[in-house]
Amino acid sequence: MAQPLVKKDDDRDDEVDYSPFLGIEKGAVLQEARVFNDPQLDPRRCSQVITKLLYLLNQGETFTKVEATEVFFAVTKLFQSRDMGLRRMVYVIIKELSPSADEVIIVTSSLMKDMTSKTDMYRANAIRVLCRITDGTLLTQIERYLKQAIVDKNPVVASAALVSGIHLLQTNPEIVKRWSNEVQEAVQSRAALVQFHALALLHQIRQNDRLAVNKLVSSLTRGSVRSPLAQCLLIRYTSQVIRESTNDTQTGDRPFYDFLEGCLRHKAEMVIFEAARAITELNGVTSRELTPAITVLQLFLSSSKPVLRFAAVRTLNKVAMSHPTAVTNCNIDMESLISDQNRSIATLAITTLLKTGNESSVDRLMKQITNFMSDIADEFKIVVVDAIRSLCLKFPLKHRSLMNFLSNILREEGGFEYKKAIVDSIVILIRDIPEAKESGLLHLCEFIEDCEFTYLSTQILHFLGIEGPKTSDPSKYIRYIYNRVHLENATVRAGAVSTLAKFGAMVDGLKPRIFVLLRRCLFDNDDEVRDRATLYLNTLGGDGAVVETDEGVKEFLFGSLDVPLVNLENSLKNYAFDINSVPKDVKTQPLAEKKATSKKPTGLGAPPPGPPSTVDAYEKLLSSIPEFASFGKLFKSSAPVELTEAETEYAVNVVKHIFDGHVVFQYNCRNTIPEQLLENVTVIVDASEAEEFAEVDSKPLRQLPYDSPGQTFVAFEKPEGVSAVGKFSNMLRFIVKEVDPSTGEAEDDGVEDEYQLEDLELVAADYMLKVGVSNFRNAWESMGVDFEHVDEYGLGPRDSLAEAVNAVINLLGMQPCEGTEVIPPNSRSHTCLLSGVYIGNVKVLVRLQFGLDGPKDVAMKLAVRSEDGTVSDAIHEIVASG
Amino acid sequence: MELCPLIKNILLLDSEGKRIAVKYYSDDWPTNSAKEAFEKAVFAKTQKTNARTDGVNHVDLLTKVNADAEITMFDNYVVVYKFVQDLHFFVTGGENENEIILAAVLQGFFDAVGLLLRGTVDKKEALENLDLILLCLDEIVDGGIILETDANVIAGKVASHSMDAGASLSEQTITQALATAREHLTRSLLK
Repeated sequence: MAQPLVKKDDDRDDEVDYSPFLGIEKGAVLQEARVFNDPQLDPRRCSQVITKLLYLLNQGETFTKVEATEVFFAVTKLFQSRDMGLRRMVYVIIKELSPSADEVIIVTSSLMKDMTSKTDMYRANAIRVLCRITDGTLLTQIERYLKQAIVDKNPVVASAALVSGIHLLQTNPEIVKRWSNEVQEAVQSRAALVQFHALALLHQIRQNDRLAVNKLVSSLTRGSVRSPLAQCLLIRYTSQVIRESTNDTQTGDRPFYDFLEGCLRHKAEMVIFEAARAITELNGVTSRELTPAITVLQLFLSSSKPVLRFAAVRTLNKVAMSHPTAVTNCNIDMESLISDQNRSIATLAITTLLKTGNESSVDRLMKQITNFMSDIADEFKIVVVDAIRSLCLKFPLKHRSLMNFLSNILREEGGFEYKKAIVDSIVILIRDIPEAKESGLLHLCEFIEDCEFTYLSTQILHFLGIEGPKTSDPSKYIRYIYNRVHLENATVRAGAVSTLAKFGAMVDGLKPRIFVLLRRCLFDNDDEVRDRATLYLNTLGGDGAVVETDEGVKEFLFGSLDVPLVNLENSLKNYAFDINSVPKDVKTQPLAEKKATSKKPTGLGAPPPGPPSTVDAYEKLLSSIPEFASFGKLFKSSAPVELTEAETEYAVNVVKHIFDGHVVFQYNCRNTIPEQLLENVTVIVDASEAEEFAEVDSKPLRQLPYDSPGQTFVAFEKPEGVSAVGKFSNMLRFIVKEVDPSTGEAEDDGVEDEYQLEDLELVAADYMLKVGVSNFRNAWESMGVDFEHVDEYGLGPRDSLAEAVNAVINLLGMQPCEGTEVIPPNSRSHTCLLSGVYIGNVKVLVRLQFGLDGPKDVAMKLAVRSEDGTVSDAIHEIVASG
Repeated sequence: MELCPLIKNILLLDSEGKRIAVKYYSDDWPTNSAKEAFEKAVFAKTQKTNARTDGVNHVDLLTKVNADAEITMFDNYVVVYKFVQDLHFFVTGGENENEIILAAVLQGFFDAVGLLLRGTVDKKEALENLDLILLCLDEIVDGGIILETDANVIAGKVASHSMDAGASLSEQTITQALATAREHLTRSLLK
């Protein structure tokens, strides 16, 4: 610095913890702020007090409204001082205090004076402050100055005005848009930052005018933009234009690609990177287009700057997802990054390598990763484990070394989440790669020998019970399992007993030995363990006779509980012990596969318990109405459909309850007029456009006082098990009585009145329960092709693939599985998996394959499998008619 | 869609992760406790990643001071950071922000503070000159938009008030003023 800076007195002790703000107190500082009112201002003193106030605010202290106002008024006095340093602090604290509109008036004139000052610094800062605290009305007064400031010859002033313009555009767009000419002039400024700010503002002003943006981009890409930041902006705008312009795939030439490629040779790293990234993110980028971008990113990989390495590896990691081959050239540079000091870079490098690696490099890679794993945090390790799992699924032949790697890291130290990720990965590999099964199971066995997580132990024991008996030599697992009975806590012991029983049930040869082991468990000191042992000994016929285990027992041991635990718990609380009476909840019910023996869970975790559903509440409500009791079990209740506009006199929505042979409409009504009491409220339903329905019953609402909701019901009969659809028009009919607002009492006489409600439609999706499956592929396979129905449909032009997918999902009302409802950006085809239960308790699985046919046209292949051919056809009907 | 590079926050923390000066430009952290939680998490995470290099030996530590900015991803934010003595500088941007732009802002802040504190960059000095640090933050970013990344210009703007506020200076831009001043200084040294 050329000149000494303002320094505070240094004559204090150099304590380690010394701080000029030690023991600072808000009250005292507010007292000190009185110096602002002194007739003879001491600029340095005042500066110090402002600094203290700012320090307090910065530490998270808040001022009450009164305190803030007081400080603000005191601060405004400081405009009298001509000290520049003090003025700067005044500007900062005014912004921090963010005064209210009526307070702003006090400083407006001072700031406007500064705005027209000869001193650049005053002009620039006054503009920033004024624009921050001003509202629209004041803005018109100062607009003239702001326009001048935009083209001010001082770059700081111009930038201040332009940046303020960017902020003001959010609140007062119509005013800022009038500055277009000045902003355009500023874009040509010789000062780098002014150009950047002007370009940002100009684009924001024109962003909704595609043609104008196009023109802006094409003129600027030809000329020279000096500032690197402005150049980055231009690259972003250019990619936006490219994205929105219809890509002429015939000629293969992309507009503006040359500009982006030219930016790769810019001298500023931020521009090079911005351009490289923009190229990698182009829609449907070709490998020819990618190459130059990948080349500069590759250079960045060996940069000495961590930020460059990180930026490059992060971008390449993304490219590797869609174009793994394009990134292979960088593999050598990437491998050296595994030992990078910065662990974020190392992890990104590894996961990229795992995505791009070929089969031959797997072993070498694994060796390097092993060294790396020991010194990264669990969160990074989980990312690596996930990447290894997908690699293993890609190269099943390499399962041995990958499985070994997983089992090695399983033995090392690690938290629960990390261990769970490994175990889940092993389980998935066992499921999908048959050759990996035996070694995988043994690795899991070894792991539970020394596993500190009860949850993982019990999950693995459960999995062993299902998979173990199907291996070539089930007996070798028994030792591991029985060891648990000796060495573990009661929960794990109980789990081990169940697993033993499963081995006994499935492998007849092992039965006698299992019986011996189970009998020993009869003396366990935990009652759950003893109970289980007793139960299994009895069901398996442990009285000595070795008998063929019958199917019922297998079903008992292996069948999954097809009701959610929440519902079971509720039923048990009501002392309802019949399992069939437990409602099957909409969202959480795992769809039981047909044959228990073919059941393979996806991971170890059971599906997460959903929130207790409203179905329960509806069921309770409906069963309390004797008229509806004979309808049988409630199949589905829809979400409420509004039948009135918001904020009308009477708010009504309807819930559609679907039974096998009936439909009940539950009209939830609310009276929003305090002076009225409604009596005998009914809904008159005209079902003339729903031919298959016949009204059987209705249940009026006796009274509907102000603001307390009530329900009225209408029941229809419909053909059993059929998804009858139709349109119903509704009329709310009631007797209205005036209420005296002072006493709250209603008059005796009422007037009959009607209120038209919107129409209600019953659609096919109402007959479909959203029920997920844990493993779609297995469910699909076990459903078989018996009732498969496949057909193709053209969906016509759509806004996007995602829009088409969502439309079909909503039309069918089914549960998307395995996250397939999410469509990756830029994809031209997508497969979506859906599952559900159709009326009549028929399980339905749907595989939707979408493809873009031409620029906008979406084609769809719909494959339905269900337990009933007519249902498969019905699903096609829904799509065909929708 | 937001196309302009945006800064989410700039943090200057001490060796225990406590605030010296922070400035948030985003509503992602609406309350003070949310801000503090973010600072705590960022600090913990970057300490961990750097503990290894710092702990090895003193030479490493010294090189670290002059080393390039480090970077990490955190809760869908990109954080670039630089440590010197007991001061920790952080600049946070959104998940998709150009890392190199963030690093330029960090470098501008870091170097400007270095210039303003005249080389003695530590917590004590920073607190004693907190007004300069706050003005410095004010000159770097305005409401998330980058105002300036050149450390000399930033420091020049902050320090301008201690220079002669005479009329002659107001004619020149501050950068020019600084350049002339520097020229004078070198000339006087060379004599």
